[in-house]
Amino acid sequence: MSATLSTTPTTDSATSHGSAPGKPLLQVDDLKKHFPLRGGLLGGVTGQVYAVDGVSFEIAKGETLSLVGESGCGKSTVGKAVLRLFDITSGQVVLDGRRIDTLPQSSLRPMRRRVQVVFQDPFSSLNPRMRVKDILAEPIRNFGLAKNSADLDRRLAELMDTVRLPRDAVTRWPHEFSGGQRQRIGIARALAAEPDLIICDEAVSALDVSVKAQIVNLLQDLQRELGLALLFISHDLAIVEHMTHRVAVMYLGKIVEVAPRRSLFAAPKHPYTQALLSAVPVPQPGAARQRIILKGDVPSPISPPSGCRFHTRCPYVFDRCRVEEPLLKPPEPGFHAHTAACHLHDLPADQNPLAGEASPLH
Amino acid sequence: MSSSTGAEAPLLDVRNLQTHFRTPDGVNRAVDGLSFHVNAGETVAIVGESGCGKSVTSMSILRLIPEPPGKIAGEILFQGKDLLKLSDKEMRAIRGNDVSMIFQEPMTSLNPVLTVGRQIGETLRLHQGLSGAQAEAKSIEMLKLVGIPAPERRVREYPHQLSGGMRQRVMIAMALACNPKLLIADEPTTALDVTIQAQILDLMRDLKHRVGAAIVLITHDLGVVAEVAERVIVMYAGRKVEEAPVRELFSDPKHPYTQGLLGAVPKLGSSLTGEETRLAEIPGLVPSLKTRIDGCVFAGRCPKVTDLCRAVAPALEPKAPRHTAACHYAEKELMAA
Repeated sequence: MSATLSTTPTTDSATSHGSAPGKPLLQVDDLKKHFPLRGGLLGGVTGQVYAVDGVSFEIAKGETLSLVGESGCGKSTVGKAVLRLFDITSGQVVLDGRRIDTLPQSSLRPMRRRVQVVFQDPFSSLNPRMRVKDILAEPIRNFGLAKNSADLDRRLAELMDTVRLPRDAVTRWPHEFSGGQRQRIGIARALAAEPDLIICDEAVSALDVSVKAQIVNLLQDLQRELGLALLFISHDLAIVEHMTHRVAVMYLGKIVEVAPRRSLFAAPKHPYTQALLSAVPVPQPGAARQRIILKGDVPSPISPPSGCRFHTRCPYVFDRCRVEEPLLKPPEPGFHAHTAACHLHDLPADQNPLAGEASPLH
Repeated sequence: MSSSTGAEAPLLDVRNLQTHFRTPDGVNRAVDGLSFHVNAGETVAIVGESGCGKSVTSMSILRLIPEPPGKIAGEILFQGKDLLKLSDKEMRAIRGNDVSMIFQEPMTSLNPVLTVGRQIGETLRLHQGLSGAQAEAKSIEMLKLVGIPAPERRVREYPHQLSGGMRQRVMIAMALACNPKLLIADEPTTALDVTIQAQILDLMRDLKHRVGAAIVLITHDLGVVAEVAERVIVMYAGRKVEEAPVRELFSDPKHPYTQGLLGAVPKLGSSLTGEETRLAEIPGLVPSLKTRIDGCVFAGRCPKVTDLCRAVAPALEPKAPRHTAACHYAEKELMAA
């Protein structure tokens, strides 16, 4: 495997993982999470926030799936649902063949070990009153992974090596580290439990450019070395493109498009993905790009629009979009790995602006 | 300092700006000897990572640094007048009037208990002596200018009733209400989503043509710089390490730090062109600003460092036409006399 990790065979064979009848590591089926809105005199439920409203995807072992979308699209809620930080409204979350959304708390614990998380803010996600060694030892103790204290020390040293921090730093406090170093500690804490899947919820978004590159490279190395699966939740499309195998694009609580990386960036099949790609500023002055500037804001998830949720901002909207909700389905036969929820693909190709390679990046 | 060849003096001329903070464990040299200028109507970007002093620079220009513990020295000439010599009262007449600022956080920089109209109108009443009704009419006009639908209704709403993108538009409307000659935008789109960021950048470009204000854009996002700026200043550890017109900076960065920064950013579309590589890392950390650095500020992280770099701070010198960098080893191009 060369230094260009992202072009390893898994990039494209990840799709065959996905479509293989064998079991994926994580499978999410029609996940819904609605938050009740309370109000009125008696504090009754007056409405629902449809934060996640029917999301399905799967992640193979060793694969990176990125969940992209703008704030409020529900991508973090999906991550929290997979972690079971709250109970879901409906749907299924299956980890390695076992439903975890219905497991009672007592039998959930061993499953928790297998799914860990790295949060966005390295400043608030480490307990300032715990030394690094205690932060890292906590999951090891909780899950009974160390045989004795010598084993624990060995594990701590290994973890520090893995995230490229000096071993003697374990006696220090979180405030003694910079943002990038803290994020390394956060990653080490996630690795301490020896998980199969790490959920990175905007794990590099708060970091500076040069530090971000360090952490992205570290995550890529770790994935290769340890065979980890990553659910990479991010709004940064350039980083996502750099490190993912597949991408799922979310808009207002739904996945609107899923595709292997290259296919998505070369030929987006959903107008929202296309607009998103065109909106990212590229560090290349004078780059002549066609830009699609979406009008208005994302509608409220309390009362999502009828039909296609994107129809209020879609540049290609037609009558059917306002009444009928498009389903996530393959835009063309034989192209099963790339699916998009858009009615345009039912039109003849000459009337479909997204037929062919409609990427604004060309 | 690459002084413009034109006879006209620049709109803003910052000379040897030093903003230091006294802290219990030493003096923090947040900005240490920064000089730059901004011509009328020009967009200059200041880029750098957190802690490089870019925001402190913008706050220093408007004298928003609390003194003490801060201390601003040097000269900040705005239309030939040194802002550092003005009284507080004179300074208040400039803030929000000739020079205004857009902050990063549209959530926290608007007053939650005042209507949008009151907040835009405040500057108008204060600086232009408009009556309440006149100020409201002008506020509606400003909201229309920044593309807020139904401005007559929005003007009476409170910030929490607006989305993030709309709040940033309100901030821009406030900043532009008095037709400033200089607009300082400190990370104006960082807190926004990409599709909203595209809207706001588009708006800023459009307004620049219509209003003609010069813009100092403070950002860490090289993509934003490439899209809006005409000239770029790269800051590192409180100093300017490179300055160039935007195209030259991206096509031919001279300073190893700038080269490192550009290499650390993944480019969208990289999977299509096949130019994927491992991201370049800049090893190490930004040096502490509390200890005096004798040599080059970047020496501790530079791949090309030599003993000379550690001992002698390189001067900012021209490396190509209109292109300066502070590096002993940056190649110089033959320059027309």
